[in-house]
Amino acid sequence: MKLLITSLEQGLIFSILAMGMLITYKILDVSDLSVEGTFPFGAFLFARFISIGVNPILSTLLAFVFGTMAGLLTTTLFTKLKIRPLLAGILTMTILYSVNLKINGKSNIPLFSYRSIYDSGSTLLILLIIVLVVKILLDLFLKTETGYLLIATGDNEALVKSLGENSTKYKLIGLMIANGLVALSGALMAQYQGFVDITMGASIIVVALASIIIGDTIKKKSTWLKNTTRAIIGAIIYKIIGGIAIDLGLNPNDLRAINAIIVIVFIAYNNAASNLFRFKGKGGVQNA
Amino acid sequence: MLKITKLSKSFNKESDNELHIFNDFNLEIEENKCTAIIGPNGCGKSTLLNIISGSIMADQGEIMLDENDIGKLSEEKRAIHIGRVHQDPSMGVSPSLTILENMSLADKKGEGFALRKLVNKKRIPKYIELLKDLDLGLEDKLDTKVKFLSGGQRQSLSLIMAAMKFPDLLLLDEHTAALDPKTSHVVMSKTKELIDKYKMTTIMISHNMKDAIDYSDRVIMLDKGEIVLDKASKDITEDEIMDFYRSKLDEHLLQ
Repeated sequence: MKLLITSLEQGLIFSILAMGMLITYKILDVSDLSVEGTFPFGAFLFARFISIGVNPILSTLLAFVFGTMAGLLTTTLFTKLKIRPLLAGILTMTILYSVNLKINGKSNIPLFSYRSIYDSGSTLLILLIIVLVVKILLDLFLKTETGYLLIATGDNEALVKSLGENSTKYKLIGLMIANGLVALSGALMAQYQGFVDITMGASIIVVALASIIIGDTIKKKSTWLKNTTRAIIGAIIYKIIGGIAIDLGLNPNDLRAINAIIVIVFIAYNNAASNLFRFKGKGGVQNA
Repeated sequence: MLKITKLSKSFNKESDNELHIFNDFNLEIEENKCTAIIGPNGCGKSTLLNIISGSIMADQGEIMLDENDIGKLSEEKRAIHIGRVHQDPSMGVSPSLTILENMSLADKKGEGFALRKLVNKKRIPKYIELLKDLDLGLEDKLDTKVKFLSGGQRQSLSLIMAAMKFPDLLLLDEHTAALDPKTSHVVMSKTKELIDKYKMTTIMISHNMKDAIDYSDRVIMLDKGEIVLDKASKDITEDEIMDFYRSKLDEHLLQ
């Protein structure tokens, strides 16, 4: 039971990370590797604010706000300086590594002596509320004119231009929200584990991808299941799989390889399933 | 009216491969008429459309659309005045969105996009009316994602979306070239109905001589960036154009 609750709690924290990655990876079709730096950036920002006396809720919100700056930097690199998005993300991640060390002057900061957002009640309930608020706000945003243009930018930039809009603006909005969410997730994880560490972002992109990809395998053809819901369920399933693996005696050192294997297995399954679907659906499209 | 004056454009400037497409090119397109532009590959028809729409900037020249000098505007700013349907059916739509969502986006063109709800249910009857005009049954598929539509259906939807806000100029860039002959005919007929119904100033690029004559009011032939034929469609035949093509081909071969 304890394992299940821990997996649920961690899954909920990672679901915010996954919802951030959903915007870049799935909606905008941009491979933003900067999240590996933004996740600890959010954690280090939280540590900084809480240590100077800011209350935990505001510290967490500030991690989100400053986290958006990482998205601003990556977008500037690839839209204004014409650096490939993949490299732009790596450069932001590299810059953030040094920034993270500078924020508090240390690579590891214990947070046990400070208050946390979880102090006011059940950790699971608090996380559930935060995740639901993020999901509802993101869903509402994606139903707005701006939100739809964000989706259209990832789909077909030519359409966005033909509507008289600058697609760069929507990439910027998307990357800023995504990085803000990743930083928020980092701040929540820092409070959950009680410390901040410079390595806490390593391979985090695989966790986010795994969550999105697992989420995609659930009821593939369903249209009522929103992408945000899929990301949340995906993150929770992913953490439960990881928790069971460790409970069964998996060496934690092997966890990263297992994470990558989980991603490979689910991508392979998704590809095989969609090929099968295409084969079955052949000739099914009506001609005009 | 569209008036292009002293337009010049060349590619690969100051290199051995420098290519002059237009040099002191002038063109006037009459209001509420459909003008077809034809010509062999490389004659400059697509470049001309790209220059008008702003996806390529001219080196020199003035482009006046009604009273607006659009030549210096960005592609996005020009798009407020211009509707364009591309050759590729997926270029004018957002495939992962539904027909209703795509039409709602097109409906907001020029009004600015903000944090308001996109889909306005009060506008749905208008969308249904427009889709019914197409006679493709799309009015019953408002909630279908565009990626599930056929090429012809997508292109028809692109056409409606491009024309929905009555642009000052409609550009049709070989918009039926990627479709099979039967679908191409359906889309061309619907295009003609739409242009006539709303009296839209249109420039249509086509490789199909018959379509160019049948569906336009005026036919212009370009060759090496110059107008070599300019006649009312009713005064020209397909054979005449083909003869002209052959003579031009002979000239090219003799050079």
